[in-house]
Amino acid sequence: MTNTLSPSVAQSQEPATPIVIVGHVDHGKSTLIGRLLHDTDNLQDGKVAQIIASSKKRGLKVEWSFLLDSLQIERDQGVTVDSTRIPFLLNKREFVIVDAPGHRQFLRNMITGAADAEAAVLVVDAAEGAREQTRRHAMLLHLIGIRHVIVLLNKVDLLDFDQAKIEAAEKSVSELLTKLDLEAALFIPASARDGDNIASRSDRMPWYSGPTLTEALAQVPSPASRAELPLRLPVQDVYRFDDKRYVAGRIERGRVRVGDTVIIGTQKTPAKISSIASWHTAPQISAAAGQSVAVTLEPDVIPDRGDLLHKSETPPVAASRIRTRLFWLRQEPLRVGESFHLRLATAEHAVTVTSIDSVVNLDDLQKYAGEEVPAEGFAEITLSASETILFDPFVPGTADGRGVLVDRQQRIVGGAPLLGPAAIADGEKVIHPTGSTVTTQDRTRAKGHRGGVFWLTGLSGSGKSTLARATEAALFADGVDVTVLDGDTLRAGLCKDLGFSEADRTENVRRAAEVARILRDAGQVVLVALISPLLSDRALARQILGEEFAEIFVDADLATCEQRDPKGLYAAARSGKISGFTGIDAPYEAPVSPALHLKTSAGSVESETKTLASFIKDTVRLSGALKARS
Amino acid sequence: MDHLDQLEAQSVFILREAYRKLKPLAMLWSLGKDSNVMVWLAKKAFLGRVPFPVMHVDTGKKFPEMYKFRDEYAKKWDLDLLLGTCPPVEEMDPSLPPAARSAARKTAGLAAMIEKHKLQGVIAGIRRDEQGTRAKERVFSPRGASHKWDIRNQPPEFWDQYATPHEEGMHIRVHPLLSWREIDIWRYIEREGIPLVDLYFAKNGKRYRSLGDQDITNPVESNASTLAEVIAELETTRTSERSGRAMDHESEDAFERLRVAGYL
Repeated sequence: MTNTLSPSVAQSQEPATPIVIVGHVDHGKSTLIGRLLHDTDNLQDGKVAQIIASSKKRGLKVEWSFLLDSLQIERDQGVTVDSTRIPFLLNKREFVIVDAPGHRQFLRNMITGAADAEAAVLVVDAAEGAREQTRRHAMLLHLIGIRHVIVLLNKVDLLDFDQAKIEAAEKSVSELLTKLDLEAALFIPASARDGDNIASRSDRMPWYSGPTLTEALAQVPSPASRAELPLRLPVQDVYRFDDKRYVAGRIERGRVRVGDTVIIGTQKTPAKISSIASWHTAPQISAAAGQSVAVTLEPDVIPDRGDLLHKSETPPVAASRIRTRLFWLRQEPLRVGESFHLRLATAEHAVTVTSIDSVVNLDDLQKYAGEEVPAEGFAEITLSASETILFDPFVPGTADGRGVLVDRQQRIVGGAPLLGPAAIADGEKVIHPTGSTVTTQDRTRAKGHRGGVFWLTGLSGSGKSTLARATEAALFADGVDVTVLDGDTLRAGLCKDLGFSEADRTENVRRAAEVARILRDAGQVVLVALISPLLSDRALARQILGEEFAEIFVDADLATCEQRDPKGLYAAARSGKISGFTGIDAPYEAPVSPALHLKTSAGSVESETKTLASFIKDTVRLSGALKARS
Repeated sequence: MDHLDQLEAQSVFILREAYRKLKPLAMLWSLGKDSNVMVWLAKKAFLGRVPFPVMHVDTGKKFPEMYKFRDEYAKKWDLDLLLGTCPPVEEMDPSLPPAARSAARKTAGLAAMIEKHKLQGVIAGIRRDEQGTRAKERVFSPRGASHKWDIRNQPPEFWDQYATPHEEGMHIRVHPLLSWREIDIWRYIEREGIPLVDLYFAKNGKRYRSLGDQDITNPVESNASTLAEVIAELETTRTSERSGRAMDHESEDAFERLRVAGYL
């Protein structure tokens, strides 16, 4: 810019500081914002007249919230539905005021508004004290990493401006924040409606010597620069324009310089930054945090979206099991075994929830053990991926560790500030598996088909073993290298130390999956025939086996199975000789969307075998016919 | 980084996300100052080119200067320009006030373009500070098969993670300028030297602050005839940018009704 600018304009070129206003519904957030904008002369001409007209139309006195509640439904129902941001100028410093809805129903909108704020004003009705949404919002401020919190004790006129009463309210809110590792920068007693201690000092509380709200806002620190931290440049995309390849992305922290050697992603490929490309900008030899850049690399390697560029001496954490905090946004609970995609900057990893480590009770803000995370609840969980994830643990004020969970429909269902790698459990050995030099392609070429795992689940007597053995024979005759892992066969040897408790059954599933994986990786087609009654157990198997895992539901109704009873087990269970028998006194959780659903109550073994064998051949087939075994 | 650098970097990030995730993608070019800034930002993001089509949904009622500008810069900027037309006003919802009803033609023209080109992403230059309902928008705003904006059920959007289409017939409105203010746009135009239609500069004591159809857009009183004067004027103004747009002022919710139906 030229140097002819007046100081005020030059100063206003600083990035604006976003401040979010949160708190329980009806504690006065929108009123506060209206008052703040009015008293600091930040309202456009005609706006006040417009608000008075809208208020009058609905039989109300001046309703300041109409300034922000710009949707008809918001004005009609007197409730803020979605966040609004409005620019706000205070002594030449630019702010953006974010008005966040206080209703629980609109929690996702509150987070949308609050997530990038530098500071928060938590509005608490001093007479009413902290309520459910006060606690929920305070919890969220903690989880999204807002460190600077100003508590505005509102409506103190209802406490007759009484020092003792107001200080009691302050104490109770302060105790609540301490439980969340949040420390309020300030407590300000105020009346937003009347303007006390908002932009001007109240003469009705001579005992209060602290700052007014506008003075407190002026003290909010500007965002700290991330340029001096170690480099993190997540690849956003790779372009090829005019025979040149560009790696595009935004520098999350640190800086890149032409000539620097960077390490790319988990494959750890080193490459040199040979140029920083741009259009209509002076040539650059370095770029820093916050900038969206396009670099060329030497050698001309092709990274993938999501690969993290970093320096070799300052690598991120690498782990496939990650502990994380969670703010859960779905209307239904979360359970162990559910799979999601974890988005982390531009990376996306398939993950499964392998444990729910603790759940926060919103009444007392304590952590408890829990089986599930309730709708829109808070928890700590462990996520597992089948690949290594590069990340930095969450640090407020940076983009580090900002995980977001999305479901199969690509909907955002939760925020996951990553804590760190999941600790190695007691007795767990630290091991370094070696990789084979025989590649999957080599094996596939030699065998004429791919390896794969076909997991047959169903009640005892539904026909899993019968079908598996018949299909094994059919596939073998067609030249397929095939193996069956059958429940009873495994229990006769590998798993003979296991009983039928839930834990032992899970272990049985885990061992079957691990053996299947070894065989699959050696190029074989593996048929696993195991009751595996629980969704979570099969999720564990999928976790071990990855995407090449096909769940086959061998489905016969209980009456048919019980009538068949080939091993006499139903009779034994009915007479009480054995307990915990699936279908009788232990549950069977049917697959939700199996790769193949075989109904064996009616069909013949021959036709079901044919269906299964052709499904498997289609799955593992290379282009062209299977190699004939001659 | 100063304020403009930060806005530019964020918009480039958004445009690159859209280009990566939404196919086919197109950018709306209304020929006004904001959409020129948007084309410029795309050239920044993609190193001097706009790698997707640029659409002008033509009401047929723009100022002649605007058509001249379009034809000149489509060539100069090497844009893949798609033109769309709008149905006559008689086909629009008669319960809308007159100016809003006229503006609704553009909604219908846009919907036809989206269907014709099976667009998954439409980049539009709206800003939060223009109007209250725009202040409630997402950067990636999903629209169902009917193109309606479901204000009650907007997806969460935080930590730069955006919604992606997950159903047949859905599209995403992408808003790379959402966080820019009117004055940021002007300061950026000045810094970068971005060309503009000269209707924005005062002649005979009047200038256009916002450009729409000729019959429903009014000029404002102003003597600002240069970029520096416009910026100086905006630093002290106390009236809203869209005060010259008739459809915003006909009734309390006219503009909201337009937007819910798919207007920008």
